[in-house]
Amino acid sequence: MGKEYTLEQIASQVRRDIIRMVANASSGHPGGSLSSTDIMTALFFKVMKHDPANWDRSGKGNDMFLLSAGHLSPVFYSVLARSGYFPVEELSTFRVFGSRLQGHPSVEYHLPGVYMASGSLGQGLSVAAGAAAAKRLDGEDNYVYVLMGDGESEEGQIWEAGMFAARHRLNRLIAITDWNGQQIDGTVESVMALGDLEAKWKSFGWNVIVADGHDMKSILAAFDKAHELSSSDTKPVMLLMKTDMGKGVDFMQGTHKWHGKAPSREQEAQALAQLEETMGDF
Amino acid sequence: MKEYINKGNKDTRSGFGAGLLEAGKRNPNVVALCADLLGSVKMDAFAAEFPERFFQCGIAEANMVGAAAGLSLSGKIPYIGSFAGFVTGRVYDQIRQAVAYSGTNVKICASHAGVTLGEDGATHQIMEDIGLMKMLPGMVVINPCDYNQTRAAAIAVAEYDGPVYLRFGRPSVPNFTEEDQEFVIGKAVKLNDGKDVTVVATGHMVWEAIQAAAALEKEGISVDLLNIHTIKPLDEQAILDSVKKTGAIVTAEEHLVAGGLGESVASVLVRNYPAPAEFVAVDDRFGQSGTPAQLLKAYGLDAENIAAAVKRAIARK
Repeated sequence: MGKEYTLEQIASQVRRDIIRMVANASSGHPGGSLSSTDIMTALFFKVMKHDPANWDRSGKGNDMFLLSAGHLSPVFYSVLARSGYFPVEELSTFRVFGSRLQGHPSVEYHLPGVYMASGSLGQGLSVAAGAAAAKRLDGEDNYVYVLMGDGESEEGQIWEAGMFAARHRLNRLIAITDWNGQQIDGTVESVMALGDLEAKWKSFGWNVIVADGHDMKSILAAFDKAHELSSSDTKPVMLLMKTDMGKGVDFMQGTHKWHGKAPSREQEAQALAQLEETMGDF
Repeated sequence: MKEYINKGNKDTRSGFGAGLLEAGKRNPNVVALCADLLGSVKMDAFAAEFPERFFQCGIAEANMVGAAAGLSLSGKIPYIGSFAGFVTGRVYDQIRQAVAYSGTNVKICASHAGVTLGEDGATHQIMEDIGLMKMLPGMVVINPCDYNQTRAAAIAVAEYDGPVYLRFGRPSVPNFTEEDQEFVIGKAVKLNDGKDVTVVATGHMVWEAIQAAAALEKEGISVDLLNIHTIKPLDEQAILDSVKKTGAIVTAEEHLVAGGLGESVASVLVRNYPAPAEFVAVDDRFGQSGTPAQLLKAYGLDAENIAAAVKRAIARK
């Protein structure tokens, strides 16, 4: 499917999916989903070696992706469906009673592509580090990717995991921070400033790459560089992707106010008018 | 009364260490993680034998839980070890989301549980852990009674696919169960057939219950005695069969009344066969510094208190 569309076209459709899912459910988290859309599209349609039709939870023989920031479920479900893990029509069940598409990702209902429950923040980097350690024990050279938010990096467990991954030289672990600068109560700078994030990760013993998380060339170059470093070094890699909260929808962009708020039907129409339908809506 | 011989005092944590090593030898998927307490939790033998399968986590238990969950995805069987307080209450949300709700095959191995941790005092003496863990959907909760049984349990949990909380302790206590015993998760072990009262005990309290039963026999009271090494899933049938015969029950555990074995047993009785029940457990207070023996006495966790509870229960029939 990915071969028929450019990454930019896919990203546009994913953004439409996000808006429509959240509007349908009258709940969910559009802001961070939209800021991480381009990164997630690049990962699932270009970067990752994966086999959506034959997915199993062991992740053996494939690259793995873990979503630490579970509230980004709209973008996660969209790229999973669009890349072939489950039928695209199922996106219409997001957050509906009885759906596999729980508000935050769950493994209880066996949704293909979901390795772990997430939603309580700060845990995914640890899980990804463990998965990377298992791959090394198994003699695999596949990558484990994990996406987290910058606000999420206020959780102490992130830094515990940072030390663990460096200590155990998990060089096939590639973490991505959706660095949109916003969290529920306001800007990250005002709520709990993270200081020099780049220097922090470097001092924790990681290779750090900073990129523009909305420019496909920049995103792909960052992943290429990450792979190169993984092959030549023992350090895990942190990609700090500079993004805008709510990217692609003018009234949602650059503000924390759409972190966890659903658009009305009117606002939905207004948002969709700004996003080209490329692959067909669900 | 069947006689039980103490083959020499040993700590249950050493039974865990021996069991973990054996599980590691039997199954190459067994891996271990520890949060800077290798010697205390007795994971050092495994770490020395299988260095590539051992992950030092430092003083960072939250990450240890997550890393173990991640390791389990591909089929590894992670055992995580620390003090009971630090692998339960401290990381409850991590266990809830990454282990219980995600259904990962992580074995949470908790040493120094209860008041018998001793001199370190209340910060380290968790007596709420059974309650915390049993409330989590799908979590198995095991509290073996001596060295041999803890060793057997540590081996058995590798064969069970799912989250397990394995609780053991620091002090040297009588080692009286069979070496190389079969450990069946969820199956109570009948220690004595009696007719006047049922006593169910778990962990360190099992030996105390045996002493109580022997003393009571001399007074003409016959005790039906069960070792409940698995608190969840609870062997409800064994408990009901016994209480239907005796008509009264006493539970004994090194834990708070709240959330403990006693409450699990009471819940079974209330719904199936109401009968007088007495709890030998700690009532809504924290521990303190002291020797294990001093603390067991001060907190009412010994044979004498079990015998007194038996008499109260029988009087209520």
